[in-house]
Amino acid sequence: MSRRAPLRVVGQPVPRVDAVEKVTGRARYVTDLVLPGMAHAKILRSPYAHARVRRVDTARAGARPGVIAALSGADLTWCDPYFGPAFRDRPVLAIDVARYEGEPVAAVAAVDELTAAEALDLIDVDYEPLPAVSTLEEALAPGAPLVHTGEPLAGHFADLATLRPQPGTNVCHRFQWARGEAAAALAGADLVLEDTFRFPPVQHYAMEPHAALAAWDETGALTVWAGTQNPYSVRVELAKMFGVPLGRIRIVVPHLGGGFGSKTYAKLEPLTAALARATGRPVRLAASAAEAFQTVRRCSARVSVRVGLRRDGTLVGVTCDADYDVGAYADIGPRVVQKGTYTATGPYRVPHVALDARAVYTNTTPGGAFRGFGVPQLAWALESLLDVAADRLGRDPVDLRRQNLLAHGEEFAPGDTPIDGKLEESLGHAAQAIGWTQTGAADRGRGVAAMLKASVAPSVSEAIVRLHADGSVAVLASAVEMGQGTRTVLAQIAAEVLAVPVARVTAVPPDTAITPYDQTTSSSRSTTMTGRAVQMAAEDVREQLFRVAAEHLGVPARELALADGAVVAAAGRLAYPEVLAIRFGMSGGELIGRGVVAPGRTAAPLGGSTPFWEMAAGAAEVSVDEETGAVRVERYVSVADVGRAVNPLLLEGQDEGGVVQGLGHTLLEEMVYEEGHLLNGTLLAYRVPRADDVPRALECRFVENADGSGPFGAKGAGEGSLIPVSPAVANALARLTGVRLRDLPLTPERVWRALRARGSR
Amino acid sequence: MDASAAREPIHLVVNGRARDLAVEPYALLLDVLRDDLDLKGAKRSCDSQVCGACTVLVDGLAVSACTYLAVEADGRSILTVEGLAEGESLHPVQRAFVDAGAVQCGFCTPGMLLTTRALLDENPAPTREDVLHYLRGSLCRCTGYRKIVEAILAAARARGQASAPARVE
Ligand code: FES
Ligand code: FES
Repeated sequence: MSRRAPLRVVGQPVPRVDAVEKVTGRARYVTDLVLPGMAHAKILRSPYAHARVRRVDTARAGARPGVIAALSGADLTWCDPYFGPAFRDRPVLAIDVARYEGEPVAAVAAVDELTAAEALDLIDVDYEPLPAVSTLEEALAPGAPLVHTGEPLAGHFADLATLRPQPGTNVCHRFQWARGEAAAALAGADLVLEDTFRFPPVQHYAMEPHAALAAWDETGALTVWAGTQNPYSVRVELAKMFGVPLGRIRIVVPHLGGGFGSKTYAKLEPLTAALARATGRPVRLAASAAEAFQTVRRCSARVSVRVGLRRDGTLVGVTCDADYDVGAYADIGPRVVQKGTYTATGPYRVPHVALDARAVYTNTTPGGAFRGFGVPQLAWALESLLDVAADRLGRDPVDLRRQNLLAHGEEFAPGDTPIDGKLEESLGHAAQAIGWTQTGAADRGRGVAAMLKASVAPSVSEAIVRLHADGSVAVLASAVEMGQGTRTVLAQIAAEVLAVPVARVTAVPPDTAITPYDQTTSSSRSTTMTGRAVQMAAEDVREQLFRVAAEHLGVPARELALADGAVVAAAGRLAYPEVLAIRFGMSGGELIGRGVVAPGRTAAPLGGSTPFWEMAAGAAEVSVDEETGAVRVERYVSVADVGRAVNPLLLEGQDEGGVVQGLGHTLLEEMVYEEGHLLNGTLLAYRVPRADDVPRALECRFVENADGSGPFGAKGAGEGSLIPVSPAVANALARLTGVRLRDLPLTPERVWRALRARGSR
Repeated sequence: MDASAAREPIHLVVNGRARDLAVEPYALLLDVLRDDLDLKGAKRSCDSQVCGACTVLVDGLAVSACTYLAVEADGRSILTVEGLAEGESLHPVQRAFVDAGAVQCGFCTPGMLLTTRALLDENPAPTREDVLHYLRGSLCRCTGYRKIVEAILAAARARGQASAPARVE
């Protein structure tokens, strides 16, 4: 009965539960934490893209007053010094070889940061520079220097067990997938188009740099306060590294100053924990923003796509050959490649498909997860090429897409979840809002693009909901608050089920000693998976309330409902404190509810069925300064198919941020390497979008059909808004100027050159 | 630490409270605030005067505390995010940020709030263009800025309304 009641809290733009602590400066991030006796660490990094590390002498540094420990890779004999989620190919500190410029080679812990920094100068490293590969072309050339020569150790995720490096090459993993007969289909198509597109390496720049604080206690247990999106994955890494049972490692996650994927899987935690062990003190490692450029980046890519269409616009086949540059260590790069490539055909019905993708090691900063997880690189290619196809067939790009969109309930791939949204609605709204069918100003161009993305599968989320004696509620879940608003959303879900105000609900921050298992805060999964676990846990509490009240009131449980913090029946109401007092015979005790979401493995191509499909469309209106080549996005509309917006205010904010982050790699951002040397690895040199780069009109809307598998019909969002941005902008530019660019970002220089090459019109 | 780096006495008024400190000549205002005075609101991000996360007001002017020497602040009055609210009631700028949904991860927020405060002190009725210009030294990677700009304009309007009757009286 309560399930049919209109929603009270879910769907409302309630203010964030952490807003006041954040505007008053009280919100705590890792680097705001202080422990007694805490030491401060600094990292010495390799100046070479590739070098043999013949000897590291830390003696002088270690002898400096104020220095507590100075470590190199060779010192780490008392632990397993390798980590990594896909392959354990990454040493905590370089061992024998440094594989990219900026790789940690030694570290110092000292009484303060300055002492630690100064001690780095006293470390002598004998490097023998080796030939490096810093581009895909170099890495894939016959006889190329190898980034890794040995067989890496398998990572610790069972679902990644299929990942394999190709010995004797720089190919760290190859993913192939096919359906139908793509070659024959393309041979029989009326129009076949082929082109190659490039996506740059870009930096997340979460404003809070990576940081960790680690302390071992007298019982040999380790606690790490970490700015991580995956406390439970970090725990596994540290347990392996130190040979300690999972239960003796505790990962506590305070607020994160942004993540965007940069804080998935272990980053600084292994080194910080090793230093804490070596010094016998709590150790804090607070990296700089410049060091983030040496920690992780988006995997850059070169993508060749062939599309075949019939004269009437029907897509008949797609082939895609994608090479992703995953940098010097695998991190989660192989899975980025696999998952990104899996949806290379986008949200379209394509009967014949052949996909072949490689993750390629280079001597550059490791590539990892970044909002979109491999999909932006491929959507850039496919969505650009679809506009070319529309042009060649004399078709409207929106109509051509509409004709080929997968429908609600249709199969994407055998064994995987059927399509669970109506992307035609998103595309329609986006086109309408940008005024697609109306004549625009002559100096403006419009473009559209769409996206489809799978979430991580199989995956697990567990949650506990506690109803306290005063009727207040605690939600225990390990979804990490990194700005997206998950604490607020989880509190709303519990508040909805238990009929209390959001203010009566506390979302407890992740702490692996307290909050139960959650696989990861990424892949747009928290609202759907963790949210569903919280909903189930709250429903468990509700059933317990019903049982106690039913017995006490002598009415069947099905005649009961929850309202305003009480169990209500026709005969009367019992406020929660009364129900608990009845249950426990005193004013104490609590009701504990549990929720587990664990869909398990399936026959889907990647081993698990996506819990939802993330789908969105974008429409851009651009202008260009023909003198300078500067592109300006004047208006942008994003429409995401979200099932239900649990909190429209937060969702809108997240999608606005996604669009602007997408504008970053579309117009501005690229980590520029020259022979393995990163030329712009600071915020002074690397330009991210500012307020004045944002389109004058930026609108983020949603399609809500309550058709998601998450609570109240919700499904994941937050990545979808970013993905269509580049192709939508480039398509708009092409329609305005006739110039088609294949390499991102669309810098003034590139655009100007292309305009020049086109000639004046 | 070199013995030559003798500490220098400085006198600050931080959030209305007088503070006498001894700091190294090279100590940055950001570190003094965060470590010596335990005011953790101002954040360190770019460390190079680009992002604005460390912004505090020194005699009413917005400065990047990450590149501002503490000794330069001697004798001056400093406002940090911790000093914005009056007791339990939020400053109108804080209120506007909460209401507009202009806060996500919150890492840029303290700097944004103080930048806004400085802007509105200087220009109580800014246009959207004024706001965009003023925010050139304030980065946010989460929000896409739209709600921040809305919050600033709303705070200006609220302030205008609050001060208008005062002028009439
Ligand atoms: S940290 Fe001071 S301006 Fe960025
Ligand atoms: S809210 Fe995260 S950087 Fe602005």
